[in-house]
Amino acid sequence: MSRNDVLVPADWAQENLGRSGVVFVEVDEDTSAYDKGHIEGAVKLDWKTDLQDPLRRDFVSKEQFQELLSAKGIGNDDTVVLYGGNNNWFAAYAYWYFKLYGHDQVKLLDGGRKKWELDSRPLSSDAVERPATQYQAKDPDTSIRAFRDEVVEAIGQKNLVDVRSPDEFAGKLVAPAHLPQEGAQRPGHIPTAVNVPWSKAANEDGTFKSDEELAKLYAEAGLDTSKDTIAYCRIGERSSHTWFVLRELLGHENVKNYDGSWTEYGSLVGVPIEKGA
Amino acid sequence: MCGAPKQGGALAGIDLDTQTVIQGQVWHDGAPVAGAYVRLLDATDEFTAEVVTSPEGEFRFFAAPGEWKLRSLAPTGRGERVLAADVGLNETTVVLD
Repeated sequence: MSRNDVLVPADWAQENLGRSGVVFVEVDEDTSAYDKGHIEGAVKLDWKTDLQDPLRRDFVSKEQFQELLSAKGIGNDDTVVLYGGNNNWFAAYAYWYFKLYGHDQVKLLDGGRKKWELDSRPLSSDAVERPATQYQAKDPDTSIRAFRDEVVEAIGQKNLVDVRSPDEFAGKLVAPAHLPQEGAQRPGHIPTAVNVPWSKAANEDGTFKSDEELAKLYAEAGLDTSKDTIAYCRIGERSSHTWFVLRELLGHENVKNYDGSWTEYGSLVGVPIEKGA
Repeated sequence: MCGAPKQGGALAGIDLDTQTVIQGQVWHDGAPVAGAYVRLLDATDEFTAEVVTSPEGEFRFFAAPGEWKLRSLAPTGRGERVLAADVGLNETTVVLD
């Protein structure tokens, strides 16, 4: 796996708009962004209504994922290029999700919506219709998804990477600062976790830093490459960004994303918590 | 969840006795800038959050008391503003050069 297999630059995207076999997919929580203007031909996924079960806190099932992708006109052989707002947080989440259900050819647009807009590249508000497909998903690959018991067992054993901001790690904030401060019952972080904010892996325009810069970042943070790694944040989208960096760009093996993240861990009864930097 | 709520507008439903709200507008050439990216950086210059301004150029963050830096990027330019925030409403303007 190398950077070119998993990441496409904005120039490539612009040159390949409308190309057969390539489907651009915008993933946002704020779907009004897509409605106001999106990359030409791109379809929309709502990370919450499309990718979360409406009742339980969990993913949609394999069957629901098949129905979703079939309805969006995405085929098993298509190359899916994901992009979105929030510096690609939700696009990275969807990337991880597509991998979980076994989609082979999936890539992220480097810089996402932000770089596209800052470059003043064209956006379209035309409705996009693609013919339905018969998408076949695979069984979920839980080798890339961590659950709570495994996270508790990982304390002091595996690399735990908390990718939230330093103030969330320290327990001063319980949510990113563009949101009301509510969520988990208790602030703080998982003992023995290192704090490497997701933002350190990205440039200001939302593109990823170079492989050399990224390798240095996690080495300096004390990540032991001989150990398995679990990344977490608040709800699992920023940690998808870091999961993408560690597994897809840097090629680390055995990296999992803990999508329960702090909203689950910080509300569990009886688990250890640390506060402070 | 982690996507930003609609930026700016009324403060209804926000408890200003407990929340530290930093809000304002991004301006360029004497007019508010819609669709500008605004970052909130902590006292060590570390990224804390980012939002996109509303059609009226407004942004809003929920922070904690202390010193913060706002940095805005847009196709028309960039700007910064440092401020000390307290519990309650903290209003400011970021001007793009």
